[in-house]
Amino acid sequence: MKILTGNDLKTGAVTWWTGSDWSLHVEDAVDVTGSEEEIARREEAARRVNVPYAIAADLHEGSPRPAHIKDRVRALGPTVRPDLTLKPADPDIGNWVI
Amino acid sequence: MYKYDTYDQQMVDTRVAEFRDQARRRLDGSLSEDQFKPLRLMNGLYLQLHAYMLRVAIPYGTLDSRQMHALADIADKYDRGYGHFTTRQNIQYNWIKLEDAADILADLAKVEMHAIQTSGNCIRNISSDHFAGAAADEVADPRPYAELLRQWSSFHPEFSYLPRKFKIAVIASKKDRAAMRLHDIGIRIVKRDGALGAAFYVGGGMGRTPMIAPCIREFVPLDQLVTYAEACLRVYNRHGRRDNKYKARIKILVHELGAEEYTRQVEEEFALLLEQGVEPPLAELERIKTYFEEPLFADAAADALDRSDPDFALWADRNTVPHKTAGYVSAVVSLKPPGGIPGDATAEQMRLMGDLAKDYSCDELRVMHTQNIVLPHVRTADLHTLWTALDAAGLGSPNLDTVEDIIACPGLDYCSLANARSIPVAQKIATRFADSGKTAQLGELKLKISGCINACGHHHAGHIGILGVDKKGVENYQLSLGGSEAEDVSLAKITGPGFDEDGVVDAVDTVTQVYERERRDGERFIDTYRRIGMTPFKEALYG
Ligand code: SF4
Repeated sequence: MKILTGNDLKTGAVTWWTGSDWSLHVEDAVDVTGSEEEIARREEAARRVNVPYAIAADLHEGSPRPAHIKDRVRALGPTVRPDLTLKPADPDIGNWVI
Repeated sequence: MYKYDTYDQQMVDTRVAEFRDQARRRLDGSLSEDQFKPLRLMNGLYLQLHAYMLRVAIPYGTLDSRQMHALADIADKYDRGYGHFTTRQNIQYNWIKLEDAADILADLAKVEMHAIQTSGNCIRNISSDHFAGAAADEVADPRPYAELLRQWSSFHPEFSYLPRKFKIAVIASKKDRAAMRLHDIGIRIVKRDGALGAAFYVGGGMGRTPMIAPCIREFVPLDQLVTYAEACLRVYNRHGRRDNKYKARIKILVHELGAEEYTRQVEEEFALLLEQGVEPPLAELERIKTYFEEPLFADAAADALDRSDPDFALWADRNTVPHKTAGYVSAVVSLKPPGGIPGDATAEQMRLMGDLAKDYSCDELRVMHTQNIVLPHVRTADLHTLWTALDAAGLGSPNLDTVEDIIACPGLDYCSLANARSIPVAQKIATRFADSGKTAQLGELKLKISGCINACGHHHAGHIGILGVDKKGVENYQLSLGGSEAEDVSLAKITGPGFDEDGVVDAVDTVTQVYERERRDGERFIDTYRRIGMTPFKEALYG
């Protein structure tokens, strides 16, 4: 599957296209195969996202998991600062990245 | 320390106002990202892996407690309570919001700081010896010359769109504590027949094609310093490879032309420029020098250290270096607690270092390119009090220049260009050696890690270097040995096939065992490597 990601223009936060909006959580991302360019163009023009692009992902326990480690680090946050990631309370989240 | 005059302040304030307007236009949609990106980069604002990242310039790594406090306040107010000191003697914030960026620049301007020329194909922040003005072995304080070059290179219209970024380092001692010969231009202030001048080394660098800069002129009179630098830049600006990003640095030009031909062209340009009189009047250099006059050092006899506390004695032996004035030392505050993130400091730690600098170091701090902080002028008599405060704040690790004192770039945890994470590897290695108690017995061992070939972590110059690569989507680490960025400069050589994360930690352990087995009296790791060569290390690693 392909999922669409970018950054929030004002805050720079990593965001994911949910089908109707942008979420901070990669679990909310939907498959955009075939429509990625059109969605990216429209959303960027409306300044709801900055520099969007599509990446490859797989389904992992029912949720999208980016195929490349760089996108997984992006989705979670710095692995060396679990307190600053989106899942600070999950001690096993590093395994999801690696 | 240098203080802005009205021109400096006006330039910086004007740039803040200009950027505020640019950011506003980006947020309201008048500017596209393509239009805005070069403008934000001119102000050090990157879009990184998790958010915007702001890189703030710390000229030649020198700052005072007021500035350190301002950096701490920015970390608290606009970021997540910490900052990262870099191998360019700068600081980076990782979680910046575009809507706050102009306010941050305004806060910086209030303390005579900015983020100008910390990105882009221009002359970047000029680096220097972190012990400048304190080192017993310098012929002069190199910072006035660095400051003169900073003023010359700031907004220089001819050098704002160079073929590629450009880095200059200025030192003034035989010992090289600034990786001078691994810069685009390295300048060493030297003394000849009683007169000061500048030796120019041009065409060094790390990155994908590491090179050591050759000396192209052994003595440039100081009243021609800027003119000679201008000639070096002009030849590069004219002939640098703008067609190929990977061949655009000056090191490639010097290499392709040959140092002799490059020098011939520089000398020709230099002669022309001398006629045009581009050199600032010497009075300007003299004006700058007044800001770098020595602090009034107390008339102190060399106080004997009270060594009754073994932890303190260990730290004092490891983390202080001789000062040119009797009764003083330069103290290094380690930002490398084993298991910590190299170069990171919390806002509280920054404030503490600022306060301690004010109380015990003539209100001065320095950022080292090795990602530690120096308090340059500390009375020996104050050392125990200083260490007690540092240690209580997690800043008292006695590990300067040891295997725990690792340079690590942000790597894949923060950097969008990275192939692999650097920080976890540094954490595992430092923890392994700290736990085994072997750190002290290994002595000086400089270990440097980069998360990609751009080499921000200086891996080519590590006694042991580690480079993260992407092997079919999996992190992999190349090990190299034999590099140095000091006066015995050399480039490290790759040992062989790479390792996974735990494998490279074991590999570092293995090479240190070879060193322990083979070393002769007084030899550092690098000395033993140079004497016995790569083969014994390879045999131990790959059998
Ligand atoms: S070396 Fe590569 S990964 Fe490390 S900070 Fe530089 S660009 Fe990023």
